Amino acid sequence: MLIGVVNESQDETRVAATPKTARQLQGLGYDVVVEAGAGERSSFTDDAYAEAGATIGDPWAADVVFKVNAPTTEEIARLHDGAILVSLLAPALNPELLDALAARPITALAMDAVPRISRAQSLDVLSSMANIAGYRAVVEAAHVFGRFFTGQVTAAGKVPPAKVLVAGAGVAGLAAIGAASSLGAIVRATDPRPEVADQVRSLGGEFLAVEAEQKASSDGYARATSEDYDRRAAEIYSEQAADVDIVITTALIPGRPAPKLLSAEQVATMKPGSVIVDMAAAQGGNVEGSVAGEVVTTGNGVTIIGYTDLAGRLPAQASQLYGTNLVNLMKLLTPDKDGKVVLDLDDVVQRGITVVRDGEKLWPPPPVQVSATPAAAPGPAAELKPAKAPRPAWVKFAAVGVGIVVLWLISALAPPPIPEHFTVLMLAVVIGYYVIGKVHHALHTPLMSVTNAISGIIVVGAMLQIGIQGSGDDTVVIVLSAVAILLASINIFGGFAVTRRMLSMFTRE
Amino acid sequence: MSTHSVADAAYIVAALLFVLSLAGLSKHETAKQGIVFGISGMVIALAATIGVATEHARTVAVVLLVVAIVVGAGIGLWRARVVEMTGMPELIALLHSFVGLAAALVGWDGYYSVEHNSGQREFAGSLLRIHHAEVFIGVFIGAVTLTGSIVANLKLSARINSSPLMLPGKNYINLGALAAFVVLTVFFVHSPNLPLLIAVTAVALALGWHLVASIGGGDMPVVVSMLNSYSGWAAAASGFLLDNNLLIVTGALVGSSGAYLSYIMCQAMNRSFISVIAGGFGVEAGPADDTDYGEHREIDAVGAAELLRDASSVVITPGYGMAVAQAQYPVAELTKKLRERGVDVRFGIHPVAGRLPGHMNVLLAEAKVPYDIVLEMDEINDDLADTDVVLVIGANDTVNPAATEDPDSPIAGMPVLRVWEARDVIVFKRSMAVGYAGVQNPLFFRDNSQMLFGDAKARVEDILVALSTQPDQLRGRGRTLDPVG
Repeated sequence: MLIGVVNESQDETRVAATPKTARQLQGLGYDVVVEAGAGERSSFTDDAYAEAGATIGDPWAADVVFKVNAPTTEEIARLHDGAILVSLLAPALNPELLDALAARPITALAMDAVPRISRAQSLDVLSSMANIAGYRAVVEAAHVFGRFFTGQVTAAGKVPPAKVLVAGAGVAGLAAIGAASSLGAIVRATDPRPEVADQVRSLGGEFLAVEAEQKASSDGYARATSEDYDRRAAEIYSEQAADVDIVITTALIPGRPAPKLLSAEQVATMKPGSVIVDMAAAQGGNVEGSVAGEVVTTGNGVTIIGYTDLAGRLPAQASQLYGTNLVNLMKLLTPDKDGKVVLDLDDVVQRGITVVRDGEKLWPPPPVQVSATPAAAPGPAAELKPAKAPRPAWVKFAAVGVGIVVLWLISALAPPPIPEHFTVLMLAVVIGYYVIGKVHHALHTPLMSVTNAISGIIVVGAMLQIGIQGSGDDTVVIVLSAVAILLASINIFGGFAVTRRMLSMFTRE
Repeated sequence: MSTHSVADAAYIVAALLFVLSLAGLSKHETAKQGIVFGISGMVIALAATIGVATEHARTVAVVLLVVAIVVGAGIGLWRARVVEMTGMPELIALLHSFVGLAAALVGWDGYYSVEHNSGQREFAGSLLRIHHAEVFIGVFIGAVTLTGSIVANLKLSARINSSPLMLPGKNYINLGALAAFVVLTVFFVHSPNLPLLIAVTAVALALGWHLVASIGGGDMPVVVSMLNSYSGWAAAASGFLLDNNLLIVTGALVGSSGAYLSYIMCQAMNRSFISVIAGGFGVEAGPADDTDYGEHREIDAVGAAELLRDASSVVITPGYGMAVAQAQYPVAELTKKLRERGVDVRFGIHPVAGRLPGHMNVLLAEAKVPYDIVLEMDEINDDLADTDVVLVIGANDTVNPAATEDPDSPIAGMPVLRVWEARDVIVFKRSMAVGYAGVQNPLFFRDNSQMLFGDAKARVEDILVALSTQPDQLRGRGRTLDPVG
C-alpha cells in the first residue's frame, strides 16, 4: 500500500514522516510518497526523502495519509474512498470534524486518542510531543527571563539561582522539571497525583504535596480535582507565586477546558521580570490573562507566554518523534510486515484510536482500564516483606551450649588419640572459616577447584594403606588402594592444572 | 629421626602451605602465588608419604602406586587442558565424586586391614570400637559424595533432566536413610561384619543419589559447594581413621570452605540451607501467576545497537543463559567496542548466577574481560539507577523485581540486581518462558524494558554488526553531500 505524507499548512513546522521513518515504513512493506516541501520547515529536504527511497508526489492519492494537524474540509474531500487518515484529531473537542470525516467512506485514526497503557506507549503522540514542549517551555522562559537560571558566586558578587514552579508533573511537567533543574534552577512541582512525587524528585525537583483527599488515577491521566483540594492548592499557589521567578503550568484534563490555577491577583503578586509559561493556553489556559499563541506582559512586569506550538518550535525533533510514533502504529497495524493494513478493533489500542471507520463514527471508544497502574505504584518494599521473627537469643545460646557439651563429652570419653584429632579438626575448621571468608567473590570457582585439588590429599591415606598392607599379602587392600590413588591423583593434578589455567585468564587493564 | 617423624614434620609444613594457598586466593593479585603454595604443599606431602609408604612395601605395591599416580596425573592434566570453561561445573562435580570414591575405598581398606584381619594387634578395646565407627562414617560420607556428585555432574551436563525429582515423602526418605545409618553403625560397632558394611555403602549411595536428584538445576551452585564440603569431610574422616593430622586439617579446610560457599549462595537466594536441600523449590508458584502483567515490547538488534550507541553507561548482567549460549566471547567483544567509544561498561554479577560460585567471573575472564570492571551485586546495585542501558543476558530470577516488591512471590526477599531502575533495559531471552524458580518476571513488562528474543550469542553478534556498520553509512552519506571529502 502507498503512504502519503502531507505538506502541512505554513504555520505548522512539523511533518508526519522524516527520511529515517520513511525508510522504516518501507521496511514494513509500504511505498512512501511525500508532498514537495513537506519537510522543509523541519530541515528535511526533498532530496533527503528521495535518498531514503520515498517518491515526491501527491500524498492525497495514497491509501494511507499521514498528517500532523487535523485536515480541513477541502483536505477531507481530497481523500479517496477507502483511504485511511492518520493525524492528530482531538476527537473529544471537535465533534464537527468527526461528522465531516464520517461523511466520507474513509477510516480516521486519531493519534491523540491512544489509550495510556504500557504497550501503547511507543505510539503515544501526546507523550512524545509533551516531552518536547516541556523542554521548550523552559527554553522560552529562559529566553524572556532576564537572569541566570543557575546560582553563581563570582568575584563580582553572588547570583542567586532562579526558582521555578512547575504545575502538573505529567510528561510535559517532568520534561520541564528536568530541563530547568539541569540549567541549575531550584525547581518545585505540584500535582494532584501524590504517586508522581518520586518521579519529580528523580529529576531534581521538589514535590509540593497538597494535603487533601484525592482519588488515585486509573487511566494514567490527571482528573478534575475536589473542592477541598482546590482550596489548599490555591493557598500553595499564592504562597509560591510571591516567591518563584518562573511558573510553568501544564495542567490539562482530557476532553475538558484547562483548570485555572493562577488568578490575576496571584499573578499580580509576582516579582517584576517573572515569567509564566502557560502550556495549556490552547485549551483556555491555566493562568488568568494568558492568550493562546501570544506573549502578554502584565502591568507589574510579568511576562505570560501562551505559545500553543511549543513542540513545533523544535520541528526536526518533534517530526522525528511523531514520525516514529507513526512507524510504531504501522508496525501494530501491519502484523505480517507485508505493507497491508489490518485494523483489529478487538485490540484496545486500535479501537481507541479509530474514530471513524468506513464512514461509521466510532467515537468515543469504551473506557480502558490501565492494568499497569496499580502494580506500578507498590508501597515501599521494606514494609511489604514480613520480617522473619528473629529467633530469641537463648535458642542460639542453647544450640551452641549443646554443641559444646557434646564436644566436651566426646573428648572426655574418647581415648587418645581422638581428643587430639578433635583439637586439630576444630582449629582447622576455624582457620578455614576465616580464610575462606576473605576470598574474593570472583575467585570462588578457582577456590573450588583448588580445594578440590587439595582434597585429593586423601591419596595420602590410600598410600599409607598400600604401604603398610603391602608388606602383608592382602590383595584386596592393595587393589582398592591403587584405585583410590589413581582417582585422587586425577583430582590433585587436574585440580591444580585447571586452577592455574583459570587464574591465568584473569587479567586487568 | 625416623621416617615417620620426618613425614609428620612434612605434614605440618604441608598443612600450613595449604592454609597459605587458600589465603592467597583472597585477592586476584596473590591468587597465582596461592597456587604455588598449594602445589608445594602437595609435593611435600606426597614425597613424605611415598617415602613412608614404600619403606616396607612389596615391589608390586610400589609399582602399582607409581603406575596409579602416573596414570591419574595423565588423566587429570589432560582433562584440565581440554575442559571448556562453561563446563567447569561438570568437571568440578566429577572431581568431587573421585574424592568421594577414594574416601569410600580408604574406608573399605580400613575394614579389610583391621576388622577383617583377625591377626592385627594395632587396635584393642575401645580404640578398636572407635575404629569400627570411623570406618563406617568414612565409607558413608564418601559414598554419599560419590553418587551425589555423579548425579550433579549428569544434571549439569544435561545428560539427565535437571528438574527436581519429587518422590513422595522425600524428606522422610532422607531422614530414614540417616536413621538407618545410625542403627547400622551401632550394630557394626558391636559386631563388625561385611554384610553390614555393604548395607551402609548401599544406603549411602542411595541417599547421595536421592539428595541431589531432588534438587533442581538452579540450586546447583549450592549443591556443588555442598558436595565440595562433603568431599572435605570425607577426607577428614579418613584422617581420623588413619590417625593422620594432615588429612584432618586439609579435610577440615575443604569442608569449611564448601560449607561457607553454600552459606553465601543460600544467603544470595534468601533461603535456608535446609530448604535448598529439601528441594522442590518453585512448585507452589502457581497461584501468583494469573496476574495480568500487560504485554512486553520487543526490540531488534539494530534498535539495541542504537540504544547502546547513545548510552554513556552500560551495565551487563549475565546469567546461566550466557554460559549455555557460549555468548561470553561476543559479549567481551561488545564490551571492548563500547569501551573504545568511551562508554562506561561494567558487569554486575549476582552471587548465584551460573551453576557454580563465581562461574560468570571465570567465563568473562576467559573471554578477556578485565576483572576490575566485573563487579558484585552489592557493588553495582546503587549505581544501576544512574545507568543508561542494562543488558540482561540469560538471567531471569536474579533480576526479578518481584523479589523486592511482591511479598507473595516465591522468591520474595531474595536480593536481586535492581536493573529496572536503569533508563533502559534490554533483556536477551530465548522465549517468554519463566525462569528456574517458575516465577513470572514483571521486569519484562516494565515500560523501560524491551525484549530481544533469540540465541544470546547470535543476538550479541547482530548488535556488533549493527554497531560497526551504521557509522559507515553515515560517513557514506556525508561523502555524497560533500564531493570534496
